[in-house]
Amino acid sequence: MASGAGWSLTIRRMTVTILLFASLAEAAGTRRLELAAEPGDTVASVRDRVVSAHPQLARFVPTLMVAVDEVYATDDDPVPPGATVALIPPVSGG
Amino acid sequence: MLVRVTDLPLDVNEAISAVETPSAGAVNVFLGVVRDNNLGRRVGHLVYDAYPSMAERVMRELGEEAIEKFGILDYAIFHRTGKLAIGEASLLVTISSGHRGESFEAGHWLVNSIKKRVPVWKKEVWEDGEEWIEGPESLGIQQAPASMR
Repeated sequence: MASGAGWSLTIRRMTVTILLFASLAEAAGTRRLELAAEPGDTVASVRDRVVSAHPQLARFVPTLMVAVDEVYATDDDPVPPGATVALIPPVSGG
Repeated sequence: MLVRVTDLPLDVNEAISAVETPSAGAVNVFLGVVRDNNLGRRVGHLVYDAYPSMAERVMRELGEEAIEKFGILDYAIFHRTGKLAIGEASLLVTISSGHRGESFEAGHWLVNSIKKRVPVWKKEVWEDGEEWIEGPESLGIQQAPASMR
């Protein structure tokens, strides 16, 4: 049991989870991606890797906001291994 | 201090009960409702997507900011997701305050802030197509022409 929990923790720490919504989710055909975490990852570096893997998302980048673990972040903010990064097109609720 | 993102119809009475308190002299209720037209097009229905956990976090932050800024006593913010028909409520905000002035001011500020900050998106579905709307609509004034969006 304990080793099982250890394994899942190890796997989680190696990856960054990407969440996609609305127009981005439709363009990518998925709401969730997993990326391998790289040392020194930032919002910008993670976003760039997502766009490299899914070039159809490039057109959204100019207006995109990003949240790291549910908090709005800027390009230079760090993305630690295990973080959840949400790519947020301009919001239109209400 | 109740916030919720839900795919169920919004319950106005629940949102009023949530903010009632003996020291309140006013309870303000705002409903955002699905309209049958936008920018000259006939809208068939809307579909709302959300990042629910972050949306609730941001709603709570804005509610707490409204308490500090306007001195209101309590707030409830509900946002609905999924497919909504014309006339259904997508956003419900209730605010209690000692006197009416704070609740009106806070309500206006809170709804505008929700539309700018909370990660929720609407898709307009027309007879002949559909489109995700990007960015809050013009706030409380006449709709901007499509070329300005």
